[in-house]
Amino acid sequence: MTGSIAALGMGLAVIGAGIGIGTIGAKAMEAIARQPEAVGDIRSNMILVAALVEGAALIAIVIAFLVA
Amino acid sequence: MLSTVNTLQIKRLLLTFSLVVVGALGTALWAQHDHDHSGEDHSGHDHAQHDDHSGHDHSGHDGHDHHDDHSGHDHSGADHSGHDHGSHDGGSHGGHAANACGHHHDPSIFDAGGTAFHHIADANVYSIGPFSIPLPCIVYAPNHEGWSFFLSSAFKIHGAHGDGSQSVGPYVLNGGTVMRVKDGQGFPKTEGNVQLASDPHDHIFSHNEEDGLAYMSFNGKCYELERKSTADFGLFGGGITSFYDFSLTKNVVAMLLVSLFLMLMFFSIARAYRDRDGQAPSGLQGFIEPIFVFIQDEVAKPFLGHYWERYLPFLMSIFFFILGLNLFGQIPFFGGANATGNLALTMALAVIAALVVNFSGNKHYWEHIFWMPGVPAWVKTILTPVELLGVFIKPLTLMLRLFANITAGHMVMVIFVGLIFVFGGTQGANPPASLGAAAASTILTLFMMAIELLVAFLQAFVFTILTASYLSAAKEEAHH
Repeated sequence: MTGSIAALGMGLAVIGAGIGIGTIGAKAMEAIARQPEAVGDIRSNMILVAALVEGAALIAIVIAFLVA
Repeated sequence: MLSTVNTLQIKRLLLTFSLVVVGALGTALWAQHDHDHSGEDHSGHDHAQHDDHSGHDHSGHDGHDHHDDHSGHDHSGADHSGHDHGSHDGGSHGGHAANACGHHHDPSIFDAGGTAFHHIADANVYSIGPFSIPLPCIVYAPNHEGWSFFLSSAFKIHGAHGDGSQSVGPYVLNGGTVMRVKDGQGFPKTEGNVQLASDPHDHIFSHNEEDGLAYMSFNGKCYELERKSTADFGLFGGGITSFYDFSLTKNVVAMLLVSLFLMLMFFSIARAYRDRDGQAPSGLQGFIEPIFVFIQDEVAKPFLGHYWERYLPFLMSIFFFILGLNLFGQIPFFGGANATGNLALTMALAVIAALVVNFSGNKHYWEHIFWMPGVPAWVKTILTPVELLGVFIKPLTLMLRLFANITAGHMVMVIFVGLIFVFGGTQGANPPASLGAAAASTILTLFMMAIELLVAFLQAFVFTILTASYLSAAKEEAHH
């Protein structure tokens, strides 16, 4: 078996981001179902928060690349 | 609605836009980073492979087996020179015997990772299908030749991989990228153009996975090549080498084309607003206005409050520049310039955003960074370093997010097309498998392109909305 432990860390970071973005998506859908007239606000805030979560995962991936 | 997008605004937008372009161009040119390097650990110069296939009967292998075989023999730690190449030299790959550097190139092995990285990397030549458009090369080697100016057609590019069959002084073209033969190896640098390969199928350039360096074999001798200087302080394996590359590369040309196109477009739209005052928008105007108004109403106004008009030109420039480059890179059969998937360009954009945010910061912004009000002193000692780090991490994530999303999209598409060669083998080894994989990869690639079209808009929007939210934090008034 080849590869480095950094790849494992990268995978873990992606799991974290996946759970985070999934939760954001689920809650946004619930919010839209509850209040369809606020869909615009909910959507932009959803994208904003998803982008912030993604940022943490990206830093992890880059560090994994640098270490690997 | 119409009155909100007036000519003055469009003019301000154009002015800021040109400043952003000039800033991005300057920074990116200096920091041009070739991602070839960080990616090429995946390259398939796998030597053990040749021993297994000493019979060279590739028609008997089905593509899938071949692939599995390949991944099973990863000799990443092996010494290349120690391998027995004897069986290979006499084989059917007459022209592809081990070169002077001891590196093999077997055209029947498809290197998916290397191909993907080659296609998303920046290049000194613009290839559209089988045609190569030469680009101007501007290289500077301090203490050596000084400045050199030439067109990349001087390298006499052969094949689709952007390898030059001639040298220009000490410079050679390896996989579309200008490299310089390292000094002190006796290469005839002063003789002008030297014929490197007589047969266009000669594999003269190679990459060594152990030391990460590029090599060239010429006249039975192995020469070490140097990559251009990069501004990454060696983080990605680059650093300062013997020369700097200020060429108009593929990404720079894409950036200039997109900027020119956007300027022409916005000038014509501004004219339309003046000439058709009070009438419904038409044509291009009608296409751009909803996008413009969307960013204005969803990004600028909610985040920036009564400052929105001051920062609107900046936000619009960022948005349309990124959107234009994202979409330009998606035009099929048009070179696929991966400009927004280049770390240097996204870094330039993030640096510009960071400068605008930090120079707009009022005293409350800086107070919240250095001495957070309303918390106990011991918490402040923890918060201050964290907040200071945040000042740098914010542009860092802006840079990485755009880069990673666009690069991933381009790469997935190249890999989908590469599936044809993974399953069908190269050189048409297995026609039925090639055809099946081609049909599947066409559908997958079309699906991916549809998603990437969404991502192109989404990432431009995300970059803009995050910049606006950082700006709003910098502009926030005290409310304690």
